[in-house]
Amino acid sequence: MGLNKKDFTLLLIVAILCLFAPFILNPFPEGSALAQFNAGYPDLMQRLVIFGIFAIGFNILFGLTGYLSFGHAAFLGVGSYAAIWMMKLLTMNVIPAIVVSVLVAGVFSLLVGWISLRRSGIYFSILTLAFAQMSYSLAYSVLTPITGGETGLQPKVDDPRILDRVLEISTSQRANLFGLDMNTSHVVRLGDWAFTFNAGYYLAAIVMLVAFYISIRIFRSPFGMMLRAVKSNQQRLNYTGLNSKPYTLAAFVISGMYAGLAGGLLVAMDTQVGAERMFWTASGEVVLMTILGGAGTLIGPVLGAGFIKYMENIVSKINKSILEQWFAFMPDGIEDLLITLVYPFIGKGWHLTLGILFMLVVIFLPGGLVEGGQRVGRLFKRKKPADDKPDGKTTPAE
Amino acid sequence: MDAIILQILNGLDKGSAYALIALGLTLIFGTLGVVNFAHGALFMIGAFCAVTLSRILTLSHEVIDETKTDFLGNPLKVDVPYIYDIFGQATGDVIIDWAVPISILFAIPVMVGIGFAMERGLIKHFYKRPHADQILVTFGLAIVLQEIIKYFYGANPIPTPAPDAFRGSFDFGAMLGFDPNTIIYPYWRLVYFAFAAVIIGAVFAFLQFTTFGMVVRAGMADRETVGLLGINIDKRFTIMFGIAAAVAGLAGVMYTPINSPNYHMGMDFLVLSFVVVVVGGMGSLSGAVLAGFLLGILESFASMAIVLETLPGINQIIIYLVAIIILLTRPRGLMGRKGVMEE
Repeated sequence: MGLNKKDFTLLLIVAILCLFAPFILNPFPEGSALAQFNAGYPDLMQRLVIFGIFAIGFNILFGLTGYLSFGHAAFLGVGSYAAIWMMKLLTMNVIPAIVVSVLVAGVFSLLVGWISLRRSGIYFSILTLAFAQMSYSLAYSVLTPITGGETGLQPKVDDPRILDRVLEISTSQRANLFGLDMNTSHVVRLGDWAFTFNAGYYLAAIVMLVAFYISIRIFRSPFGMMLRAVKSNQQRLNYTGLNSKPYTLAAFVISGMYAGLAGGLLVAMDTQVGAERMFWTASGEVVLMTILGGAGTLIGPVLGAGFIKYMENIVSKINKSILEQWFAFMPDGIEDLLITLVYPFIGKGWHLTLGILFMLVVIFLPGGLVEGGQRVGRLFKRKKPADDKPDGKTTPAE
Repeated sequence: MDAIILQILNGLDKGSAYALIALGLTLIFGTLGVVNFAHGALFMIGAFCAVTLSRILTLSHEVIDETKTDFLGNPLKVDVPYIYDIFGQATGDVIIDWAVPISILFAIPVMVGIGFAMERGLIKHFYKRPHADQILVTFGLAIVLQEIIKYFYGANPIPTPAPDAFRGSFDFGAMLGFDPNTIIYPYWRLVYFAFAAVIIGAVFAFLQFTTFGMVVRAGMADRETVGLLGINIDKRFTIMFGIAAAVAGLAGVMYTPINSPNYHMGMDFLVLSFVVVVVGGMGSLSGAVLAGFLLGILESFASMAIVLETLPGINQIIIYLVAIIILLTRPRGLMGRKGVMEE
């Protein structure tokens, strides 16, 4: 497949993790006290991989070129709207919806990128932020006929759906893949455990694997090298007579298409769109995922997206009575103290935990979880004297 | 004509808020070279200083009022604010009524303290890191501050009224010789504009006419040389950070009667204020103030009914649109200097 051994192993590991995710994410038996840590239900698993795609795409731009876009949620939103319109007009089959969402997001990001990439650094961030906020405001106000405004969009019975009417594959309003309902789940019970296998999740996981494979190829290609050159020293690149704009623009459009793909998949899994998914906090979230996992690394964004979406779902579900259960074995005074200390960080306080986590990562671990893993790994390796030699990295002369 | 004057007036209060926040942002950027995404949170904390003070002032205890009885004939319990006990009822009422302006005195030390803590505790360590890191860490800080406020004050907006004397509106048109009731303007917005003008004037005067300000300006131009002259420029820059925080906080305090404060008001203003700073020119103080008022007024013109008929939705996007056009035609912004954050 054009990958070296290391990358192939990585891809294989991710593929296996995706395949067995319903098992891996469901380690605790049903009804046990720890069951709320299970993440093996379809909705969350779908989100994990879809936001993984979003973060992989963002990483191609931010991780490789260093251009920090604060407006990527706009592409996700545009992709979502395109997908839902395909479902309303053409067919409830997800294939046209996903393809068109990628194309529309690509065209939109070409437009935004062509303008924003005239500037770099913080100006670029502000320009992309401005575009995203503009799209959000317009989706909420003037474009209501297209976007549904505050109520958003969902498929209705009286939508034309030309292809469905002609072919009569299915006239239901559920998203499907040639008749296979995306919500179809198969539950396997093994003792106390219940494992859910969901059609939509596996579709999203396959798409993510393809997306991940493409991202590995981009990282290892000469094109990827050019993007890295832009990050390390754009001025020098210009002095060697190369125009960096086509490269950065290509990276921007690719990452925009990834975002559109994620948006299309979100609609394929849950057929509704609202403008709030274009809000700038959503753009901030994907930045968070990429940084938390490790910008510029292959696996980092997937890890970051998985981590944040998992924590978001799990932490916000914990409430006071669950805390009381956990700390019940302690003396009353200490129990109450612990509950008051922990309570602000759980349930509705999830954003507080997220913010603190994010700050800690940026301050102490700028390379994200991947760097953290490497540091831990080195800690164990250091005991062997043979590993003391320099790691072969050379710093370029300035 | 009257419609135009009305729109300019309407733009002034929002423009004042933009200008004050953008001024603080530019001060921090110009002195420390840090892009502070938590500045909106400082604005929001300022607003909650006013909320806190008015809550402190109305702290009360129950007293049995012998003169009144409830319908069962029992003596009535009434809540009496502690402040009545200290100053008597008449003075106490005045103090409670003027809670928002009094909060200015309360907010200054609080905001300067928060500013110092932020700079010394966090931002100091980010001078040498890339701008992207600074944006990210202050973005995280903004989320944290916002969530802390949400935890203590809840998610709903908290109405904080202006003093009685400034409630209501006055007929500005009649003063200028137009028909009565054509240009009506709330008193408090005028107060806000005047207040913003005073603060902006004070900051400029401080930088222009004091020795301290002179050193700071020199440090902004060439930090290294000022350091070589044996001046502890870091200390002065920390103080400037405190001042910038106080400016944002005061903008928030005085804004509470115009818009009831909620925990995400800072973020709402921050995005726009960044656009304002970029339009004004990164690192240019006068540019930030000018762009703040300009964009505020432009926004209010864009929300006129006539304009909305021809260009629907333009009021939502005008600021971003202007920012995009300015950045593409005048990359340095309206008054940006050469060499400051060009790339």
